[in-house]
Amino acid sequence: MSGLIDLSASQAAAAIKRGEVDPGALFDLYRQRAATDSLNAYTWVAEQAPKAPPQPSLGGVPLAVKDLFCTEGVPSQSGSRILEGYRPPYTATVVERLAQAGAPLLGKTNQDEFAMGSSNENSAFGPVLNPWDRARVPGGSSGGSAAAVAAGLAPWAIGTDTGGSIRQPAALCGIVGLKPTYGAVSRYGMIAFASSLDQAGPLTRDVSDAALLLSHMVGERDPLDATSLDFPEPIAMPSRRTLAGIRLGVPSELTGEGIEPGVLGAFQATLELARQLGATVESCALPHAPHALAAYYVLAPAECSSNLARFDGVRYGYRAADPDDLLSMYERTRHDGFGVEVRRRVMLGTYVLSSGYYEAYYGRAQRVRTKIAADFAAAFERFDFVVMPTSPCVAFELGSKLADPYAMYLNDFLSVPASLAGIPALSIPNGLASPPGGGTPLPVGFQLAGPAFSESQMLDVAFALEQALGFDGRAVRS
Amino acid sequence: MTPDFEPVIGLEIHVQLKTRTKMFCGCELSFGAPPNTLTCPVCLGLPGALPVANARAIHFALMIGLALGCELADHSVFHRKNYFYPDLPKGYQISQYDEPLCRGGELAGVRLHRVHLEEDAAKLIHLGASGRIHGSEQSIVDFNRGGTPLVEIVTEPELRSGEHAREWLSLLRATLRSLGVSDVNMEEGSLRADANVSLRPAGSTPLGTKTELKNMNSFRFLERGVTAEIERQRAIIEGGGEVAQETLHFDPASGALTTLRSKEEAHDYRYFPEPDLVPIATTAEMLEQARAAIGELPAARAVRFERDFGLSAEMAHLLAFRSDLGDYFEAANAASAADSGHAQQLANWVSGQLVARIGEQDPATSNVTPAALATLVELVSARELTNGTAREVLDVLLQSGGDPRAIVAERGLASLSDDSELAAIVAAAIAADPDAAAKVRAGNAKAIAALIGPVMRETRGRADGSEVTKLIREQLGV
Amino acid sequence: MIDRDTVLHVARLARLELTDGEVERMVGELGGVLEHIETIAQLDLDGVPPTTHVVEVANALREDEPRASLSRQQALAGAPAVADEGFAVPSPQA
Ligand SMILES: [Zn+2]
Repeated sequence: MSGLIDLSASQAAAAIKRGEVDPGALFDLYRQRAATDSLNAYTWVAEQAPKAPPQPSLGGVPLAVKDLFCTEGVPSQSGSRILEGYRPPYTATVVERLAQAGAPLLGKTNQDEFAMGSSNENSAFGPVLNPWDRARVPGGSSGGSAAAVAAGLAPWAIGTDTGGSIRQPAALCGIVGLKPTYGAVSRYGMIAFASSLDQAGPLTRDVSDAALLLSHMVGERDPLDATSLDFPEPIAMPSRRTLAGIRLGVPSELTGEGIEPGVLGAFQATLELARQLGATVESCALPHAPHALAAYYVLAPAECSSNLARFDGVRYGYRAADPDDLLSMYERTRHDGFGVEVRRRVMLGTYVLSSGYYEAYYGRAQRVRTKIAADFAAAFERFDFVVMPTSPCVAFELGSKLADPYAMYLNDFLSVPASLAGIPALSIPNGLASPPGGGTPLPVGFQLAGPAFSESQMLDVAFALEQALGFDGRAVRS
Repeated sequence: MTPDFEPVIGLEIHVQLKTRTKMFCGCELSFGAPPNTLTCPVCLGLPGALPVANARAIHFALMIGLALGCELADHSVFHRKNYFYPDLPKGYQISQYDEPLCRGGELAGVRLHRVHLEEDAAKLIHLGASGRIHGSEQSIVDFNRGGTPLVEIVTEPELRSGEHAREWLSLLRATLRSLGVSDVNMEEGSLRADANVSLRPAGSTPLGTKTELKNMNSFRFLERGVTAEIERQRAIIEGGGEVAQETLHFDPASGALTTLRSKEEAHDYRYFPEPDLVPIATTAEMLEQARAAIGELPAARAVRFERDFGLSAEMAHLLAFRSDLGDYFEAANAASAADSGHAQQLANWVSGQLVARIGEQDPATSNVTPAALATLVELVSARELTNGTAREVLDVLLQSGGDPRAIVAERGLASLSDDSELAAIVAAAIAADPDAAAKVRAGNAKAIAALIGPVMRETRGRADGSEVTKLIREQLGV
Repeated sequence: MIDRDTVLHVARLARLELTDGEVERMVGELGGVLEHIETIAQLDLDGVPPTTHVVEVANALREDEPRASLSRQQALAGAPAVADEGFAVPSPQA
């Protein structure tokens, strides 16, 4: 049994194809582990493996899916009380594609409510614990997916990333997380947070798994998502061993202030390793990156305030009991159904869109977005990838940042620039670092951002780094 | 209307497009389907569902824009209009805001402000007091209609009276009907008009405070509602009061205008660009297709009717702008013997006798075939039928259809013009009233009426008046 | 700056009931976040076009072809209140 757990998803898929592993046994093993999960990573676990398509290319390696992906007949609650017990009549395109490819649904993973959060403490179904230290958060909002993969409760998982919600929990849990190019993966059936930023991606044990899973998430555009795009070419499986000829840009704005010393130390060490592998590493400028967080906290709440208007107690989900009239039905349903952080962002978003403020906030934030995309475009004229830490800190203690919303938002400042530019970004674990007060060393993430549709090359570079880094996450999978 | 004030009226018209499917999803459009049987995740606003715009709806909107002489935008954007209402499943309506598909344009001397695309709301049925809006406890939402493609046409405030508004709207309806883009049926709601009404001192430019009139679901109600509102405002102004800006509901039964929505706070729709949709870039090909799909427009048809059939301008206009009448007229004309020269008479019969009998009904759906009407006109023209008996035949045709010649033969309605029978009846009438005969012989022309009357009575209208006069004169030798 | 009345107005627009305590907290928290956000007011953004979509695609339309609709039973399955084959709500004019 323990042998099976040690197989990565790609290894397991290969073993199934060679007839060495029975996909049913693999599913049962993970189902057992997920069902007895003590990290609160899951909100629902499958009773049995769904009927497999004939000769699936992923072999039947089970997949953990973030709660916010709609799955027909299966609870899809986006971590919210307002959708408690909601079972949609349809399945998200990407989940359907992966099931067809042979990654059957293992379970639904816990998350911050409507993907709003960086600690997974905003779930109506309770916080998720970090398998490296159960007193600490796994990051968010895809905290359940990240913790499940790190702890071996799933071979692999998908999540969504709006401002860092795949990359940051991947970093805090010591796994690989990839946010693809905006439009590469269909958003149809993903319960929206901020439509112009949301993007689904893989959370995996290693870079090869990320490439394999991603290769079945992208491809032909989804006719049900007007913003989805054809991926120009199939995702190549990574194989690179050196970084000869690779130019890495290090943005001074995102590699200095506000980052924990342990995280910076790991980052510098990885840069040195990249040089040893043959990469050129030079500093570059993203002059508007320091304003990305402010722009993000205008655009994302604005879109969320509108996206969440459909939760009104009329067609599905929670409705407050015995309302006096329509207005009180709306107001009480939405007060009781939404958690504190969601209410805060709905308020912020409603405010910045309200009469008289649009141009000062939303209009300006959209212009900042243009500038940030232009900064990246300029950097990519000189560099193949821009690199920086994924998160300014290692996993922090549960409850430690709840008092000050902005302190929590600051966790996103290294991940939102790529989100606003719509470009792919990847986090790989690049070592362990002790938190500022001292204590058990915790995982740190190294982030690469590249031009639109550079996923294959980015994974290839990450693979070379991964091999050289030799990060070992087995300790938390027992 | 006192000469001191002039009314200024603008119309805001909503037209349901006759596409097969809804604006943003594949649900079919069907008037009168059982409630909530034409819905899907998109038009129910289920979590995760995304809109994709219907290409034919855009094609129809471009046709409308071209037909109304609008300036068509090469780049056009959908926005979200945010507000809560049970008939609005997403909490926002996808509409167009500052970048509509069409601007400007003109119809019959009234300039247009803009033409844009949006989605219709669902149907809200108020229970408790059947059909009434006020005083019911509970309402039911039927989402079949929700998401129907709508084109909104906004005029400049250039209409001058209720009658003008009604006439202009019927011209617009004719134009839209001839394009085949809508059923344009006010009773069924596929054509809806709201009116903005204000008064201003005659000859001045600034507009007074305007009120908005809703729910005028027929041409007659539009005219009566606008007229009533003009009178109401005039009374307020003349009484030294001020018109309040408000939305009014016209009750056709009582003729009363009541305030709507007084309980709601001022609207703040928080428009922002719909991130789930991409812009519409009107291509040369799309324009070409729209141009090719436009048949003859009513204005051009009127010119042709005048030129080719020698109709008066007024008659040509009447037939061309009621396209069902125009079509029927052309069909009847085609059924007439070539070069019969009956076009003028046919036009008179269609617009006069036929319309007097069937009103707004499309004559093509009546029992009178265009060929039958053509025959009827030929019989009159050949003096085989008098106008009076022809009207009787028309009544029979409307009742039970058939061929006019057969009806004439069956009922013995043929004219007596060349008959010795008529000569005998004339002789008898002269013999019965020697006084009148003497007066006529003595040169009193008016006295002949006393002789014609009995002849017409005796022949039950089958005799032609002028023929009878001629025979009396012959027999009296004057 | 955000005050109590603004919070109440915005909460009404967003159809969110807030207790007195929540209103007070919201005044402080939104004010704090907006203070940081307002740094973008200092940037010179004259002539910079807004980005709505990073995806530079237009049209992406669907053909006017029907797709299967849900059954009424499916449509109403999650509804908190159902009456007369429809979704029941407190009447807007009640
Ligand atoms: Zn639909």
